[in-house]
Amino acid sequence: MDVLDVARWQFGITTVYHFLMVPLTIGLGILVAVMHTMWVRTDKPEWLRMTRFWGRIYLINFVLGVATGLVQEFQFGLAWSEYSRFVGDVFGSLLALEALLAFFLESTFLGLWIFGWGRIPKKLHLAALWAAVIGSIVSAYFIIAANSWMQHPVGVVTDDATGRPVQVDFLAVLTNNTALAAFSHAIVAALMVAGALLVGIGLWHLRKRELAQQPTTDVDHRVWRRSVRLGGWVSLAAFVLVALTGDWQGKLMYQQQPLKMSSAEALCETEAPASFSVFAWGKVGNNECDDVHSITVPYLLSYLAHGDFSTAVPGVNELQEEYGAVYGETYPDDPSRFGALAGEGIDYTPLLAVTYWSFRLMIGMGAVSAGVAAYALWATRKGRVPTSRIGVYGALLAVAAPFVANATGWIFTEMGRQPFVVYPNPDVPVDEQVWFFTAQAVSPGISAAEVWTSLSVLTLVYGALAVVELWLVTRFVRRGVTTGDGAPTPGSTPEGTPDDDLPAGRDGTRRDTDDVLSFAY
Amino acid sequence: MDLQTLWFAAVAVLWTGFLLLEGFDFGVAALLPVLGRRPADRHLMLRTIGPLWDGNEVWLITAVGAVFAAFPGWYATWLPALYLPFVLVLFGLIIRAVAFEWRHSHHTEAWDATWTRVITAGSLIAAAGIGAALGATTLGLPIDADGTRVGGAFSGLGWPALLGAVAVPAFSVVHGALFLALKTDGPVRDAARRFAGRWAPVAALPLLAWAGVVHLRHGTPVSALLWLVAALAVAVAWTRTRVGREGQAFAAWGVLLVAAVATVFGAAYPVVVPSTIDPAFDVLVSDASVSDYTLTVMTWAAGIGLPVVLGYQAWTYWVFRKRLTSEPQHEAPAEVPA
Ligand code: HDD
Ligand code: HEM
Ligand code: HEM
Repeated sequence: MDVLDVARWQFGITTVYHFLMVPLTIGLGILVAVMHTMWVRTDKPEWLRMTRFWGRIYLINFVLGVATGLVQEFQFGLAWSEYSRFVGDVFGSLLALEALLAFFLESTFLGLWIFGWGRIPKKLHLAALWAAVIGSIVSAYFIIAANSWMQHPVGVVTDDATGRPVQVDFLAVLTNNTALAAFSHAIVAALMVAGALLVGIGLWHLRKRELAQQPTTDVDHRVWRRSVRLGGWVSLAAFVLVALTGDWQGKLMYQQQPLKMSSAEALCETEAPASFSVFAWGKVGNNECDDVHSITVPYLLSYLAHGDFSTAVPGVNELQEEYGAVYGETYPDDPSRFGALAGEGIDYTPLLAVTYWSFRLMIGMGAVSAGVAAYALWATRKGRVPTSRIGVYGALLAVAAPFVANATGWIFTEMGRQPFVVYPNPDVPVDEQVWFFTAQAVSPGISAAEVWTSLSVLTLVYGALAVVELWLVTRFVRRGVTTGDGAPTPGSTPEGTPDDDLPAGRDGTRRDTDDVLSFAY
Repeated sequence: MDLQTLWFAAVAVLWTGFLLLEGFDFGVAALLPVLGRRPADRHLMLRTIGPLWDGNEVWLITAVGAVFAAFPGWYATWLPALYLPFVLVLFGLIIRAVAFEWRHSHHTEAWDATWTRVITAGSLIAAAGIGAALGATTLGLPIDADGTRVGGAFSGLGWPALLGAVAVPAFSVVHGALFLALKTDGPVRDAARRFAGRWAPVAALPLLAWAGVVHLRHGTPVSALLWLVAALAVAVAWTRTRVGREGQAFAAWGVLLVAAVATVFGAAYPVVVPSTIDPAFDVLVSDASVSDYTLTVMTWAAGIGLPVVLGYQAWTYWVFRKRLTSEPQHEAPAEVPA
């Protein structure tokens, strides 16, 4: 593999990994802030315990998000320096603003929240958590605005001397319709992740307590029950919103990146009215479009693309020719900029198997998650406690579903825009359009060996982190809210925690009551 | 002052902020095996930086982000030229971040010892790597007319990188010791003060040498003056430490950093990446920068955003201003939960 391929694998692996933490941080952050707010307002102990328990998971996950986000900040320069030069006038400022306006907010106020229990007034302490959560959401907005600009560049003109885009309208970049749609979609998708976690873990604890014949009247029972109910409703509502915002994205995609749309459907020839493919077989994997057969729902694709049941949806074969005519049949014969691809033909169709299946996995896994949420709400109706092994362990397993949906959603978005890294905006006359091929984006001076080294190091480290992380989280989750040694239980601050300098710490004065201070670290 | 110069200065300020703040948490982490002999001492040391290290690290992200945002030509030349050293920095920062969090998530002696060591190692790796990168960008990288590195993976690692790689950890270690002397009480405080009193003059040498070399190459009378301020600050910090004035010593040590970084950036301007192959290939502020429109937008955003950030970060420091001790305290709980 040459530098380009390794660098692409590296970007894909590290970003997808980062995006396992991100939606949990965003979604769980919002829900923990809601729990904390409920505690401050009602003073009910179950809300406090929920804040402590879910807050701890939120923090463990947050740190991994930070650690993997650092890599993101550097890798545009490391492996994609030509890309960075090309998009610098727009892209860098969005990253810098994300750091300045969002990351400072997140990290500073989260530190204040973690170490602020009992030190700052109750309401101010709650406000600190909200500030951190808002920081996460703002961060998502800026980075998605940056990503959406490469999907759909707006607010720029081309500089004749350098051939690079020059920003002329910053507001247009911030209000890019692609960004608004993607941002709202990603935030509600993050809530699905958090909802599924609450449902899965909550049900597991409820069942365990039921089998051990523990009371259903105590605080702990209410903790798990509330978690399941909250998570279930959040999941269901978020699924509806995910579908609505996804539909909005689909309609934009039909205008802005028609090839992505048709590849997502493995639609070879233009159809009017177009039907939606549910399941395909044949040679999807070989990009041999004409051999693909599928089960279809008539008219649906026309609706997804354009909101009616008759519009023609252009097929891959037709679009490939159109793009070739406008953007060139072959890459320019310039090995210093296009590497091994110089002079080769350009394939404007992304990998059909990837776009087709990632799109279906995203929607399918979301639906699975919504189904599980509905089951959980039904199984816990009117104070019931489910003991079905399949139901409860199924829900636990289904915690993974929205993670998969998020990852495949991004894989679809990013791989569906190939071979462009900056996709031409069709609303602009062709001679004023800005576009950039992935093949010319990679850093010219680095060797494949260097990228292999970083790819191996990062993959190994990330793998190790995943193992330790899962082990810690599992152990923590099993313990629940009140049992076990060194658990985050009232009054038993484990040896060596940084909060025993706090009032009501380890000095034994308040072992009997809920020691909020012991939870954070 | 035109916008490009303003942003060059802003980038210098962000790097200063990063080194000043993350410097002490790098230093405290590096001193864990030296000053933290007992578990309670190590625990105390970590508590001094617990609420602060993540916020400090964002200064690095912002500094790198600002280089990209204002000078993409600098970002795109500098990072790939030092590809593997930067990957090493990332490695250090990753293991250190998770170690902070994991160390207290499980409680056995071996676990504790392991993650303490990881915190120390990760911090030292990151400090040295960042120092190397900064040293190279102020003193030279082997780049050609297109800003592309000439030579193999390690051709960027000349003596400038080595100088930086020593200067930043050395500065940080004493900075961390002074911070501990200021933030703690009891045996750790005494040991930290003694450490700083012994090592301050030595630890400042590489940093002064680096600033001095950049000055000798391109300096102005102003940078000479700044260098003298830096040298003087070392003397002040050292003597103040010896008489036990921790606050003044810490401030003077901070002045050393501010003056040294100002010397370096002031003397280097307008070159952002000097080429060791041919001065004609130097990357200048004017080649590397974005359009005036984008700089204007960012000036507005930073003009409003940065004071707010400084405000709430200062407030956090104020909230956690108390000296820490390893003895448990017996004061009344401020907040009694239901
Ligand atoms: C729980 C996660 C989840 C779920 C259930 C869905 N999505 Fe999604 N989707 C994402 C998570 C996601 C994502 C990971 O967040 C993406 C990647 C980029 C983005 O903006 O959101 C995404 C991208 C994405 C795109 C690509 C946009 C582009 O390339 O610009 C489309 C068209 C849809 N989604 C449409 C849908 C539809 C019609 C859904 C129907 C229910 C749906 N998504 C469910
Ligand atoms: C966090 C969610 C994201 C995920 C999961 C993701 C995923 C991916 C994947 C899988 C690739 C490899 C594409 C290929 O090999 O064909 C890729 C490439 C890339 N992505 Fe994303 N991406 C995400 C967000 C972003 C954002 C926010 C940006 C920019 C701000 C971005 C910029 C890029 C670039 C520059 C490449 C390299 C060029 C390429 O191979 O296409 N990505 N991404
Ligand atoms: C490829 C582009 C991306 C870059 C350069 C990037 C950069 C970063 C960095 C540097 C951090 C660490 C911040 C800290 O230290 O506090 C981080 C964390 C974070 N990022 Fe990303 N990120 C990318 C993709 C995304 C996307 C697409 C989203 C949201 C949809 C996102 C949302 C977040 C959030 C919420 C955090 C907080 C910490 C956590 O996730 O646990 N990031 N990111």
